[in-house]
Amino acid sequence: MPAPIVALAYLLAAALFILGLKGLAHPRTAVRGNLMAALGMLIAVVVTLFDRQIVSFEVILAGLVVGGLFGALLAVRVPMTGMPQMVALLNGFGGIASALVAGAALLEVSGGVMPSLQMAVATAAAGLVGAVTFWGSLVAFIKLQGLALEKPVLLPGRHGILVMVAVLSLALAGWLVADPSNHLAYWALVAAASLLGLLLVIPIGGADMPVVISLLNSYSGLAAAATGFVLQNTMLIIAGALVGAAGLILTSLMSKAMNRSLTNVLFGGFGAQAAAPAASGDVYGGRVKSGTPEEVAMLLEGARRVVIVPGYGMAVAQAQYAVRDLVHLLESRGVEVEFAIHPVAGRMPGHMNVLLAEADIPYDKLKEMDVINPSFQQTDVALVIGANDVTNPVARNTTDSGNPIAGMPILNVDQARAVVVVKRSLSPGFAGIPNPLFAADNTLMLFRDAKQGITDLIAALKQV
Amino acid sequence: MEELIVALTVFVLAVFVGFEVIAKVPPLLHTPLMSGANAISGITLVGALVAAGAQATLLTTVLGFLAVAFATVNVVGGFLVTHRMLSMFRRKH
Repeated sequence: MPAPIVALAYLLAAALFILGLKGLAHPRTAVRGNLMAALGMLIAVVVTLFDRQIVSFEVILAGLVVGGLFGALLAVRVPMTGMPQMVALLNGFGGIASALVAGAALLEVSGGVMPSLQMAVATAAAGLVGAVTFWGSLVAFIKLQGLALEKPVLLPGRHGILVMVAVLSLALAGWLVADPSNHLAYWALVAAASLLGLLLVIPIGGADMPVVISLLNSYSGLAAAATGFVLQNTMLIIAGALVGAAGLILTSLMSKAMNRSLTNVLFGGFGAQAAAPAASGDVYGGRVKSGTPEEVAMLLEGARRVVIVPGYGMAVAQAQYAVRDLVHLLESRGVEVEFAIHPVAGRMPGHMNVLLAEADIPYDKLKEMDVINPSFQQTDVALVIGANDVTNPVARNTTDSGNPIAGMPILNVDQARAVVVVKRSLSPGFAGIPNPLFAADNTLMLFRDAKQGITDLIAALKQV
Repeated sequence: MEELIVALTVFVLAVFVGFEVIAKVPPLLHTPLMSGANAISGITLVGALVAAGAQATLLTTVLGFLAVAFATVNVVGGFLVTHRMLSMFRRKH
């Protein structure tokens, strides 16, 4: 196929990616946007298969079949509760593919001529970012899947080790740029970057995962863009840059929603310290009221407006279907029900929205924090299901320096006339501090696992 | 050098386009946006195809095969799971 036609086809693919992402930013056009991006990908792949450099198709076909089957199987099988892990894994695969492509390109070129400076720098970048993305994502996957390392792991002297490995990686990158025909330098760089990826994510705890996943998402795009510089392929550069930008936007949104800097999330070791027991005694000190499902049912029965606040506890207990049944029951009795979604509720951006959509809850009931917050004062019952830190009024106190969530935007749950918290115990959330909401005069605790709690509540409501 | 400048120009402009296009995405769509963007980052597949099919050396072919397989999981898995998620989102009838 003549070069200009290939280039034009690539331009078309790049345009489809931009239109696709634009579509993905609005609920009504999102499905079409995704299809457009997929079409762009199909065009890019088909055109590439006509590349004159390709002399054999067996290996390509084998790779496409293996990858395609595995990818399709993953996509069809993964439950919505497993979505954070799935996204982490896919980020990683994109990253490692970029590192491998850059490595292969280096080997190919240096068989003949000396690689150019641009190629050497870009190869180093692709190897570095690609390997960090892969191993970082793998650690995130392991944490999210609950296989191991769920708590932040803080090695002694971890900042020093991290700096050393980072400097080593950069030195190896410098070596590769100085001597691009040296393959050993490339693989040594990839090895050092792999270690860097592991070290970066191991100290980060579960509730900070929305930031980490967004950042790794951005990295997977940047790795692809670097590969584009290696291969001098503008479509790769465009697509990679778009994804890099998208990931960065989400990263910054997630950090803001926790009122913490990206540096603090990555290096702060947040959530590793245990709550001081004395402090929780001061806060709760016999003022916590435990309710029965029947008491809560009576509260709900008399309510005109109920706002449900879901958190990670709902995801863990897979309570979304029970919650849907509760919503239907309440609505059939004329109660207005809405959901208040905190931006970092769950383990990835938008986690609660996906779970509730899976349970067939219309998305116009899911309200963002800024939209729903003013309405808590007109809410009869706020029903908190498995959420903790995002409802903690302590966050409003910005003068206390020992307060880890000072200034974090929260859902104004405590302003509702009555608050019901479905939670297994009084154990602290990720921030490791007690939540005065649980001891408030208008709060009733329903000490149960999210699913059990909601199921009991439905049973009790049907009795009323 | 000239090629590098052109490539850099394209990169920087594309980053700006990315920020503009995605800046106002509602939280509702954060997950599908992420998985959809992630599928697009599988575009590295294009480079992988050439590496796997050029048969320069055995090593590049092996690397190419691995890269094609990983990138294809990324692309196919990413677009499919995004579609699956999006088809669950619906308004009140």
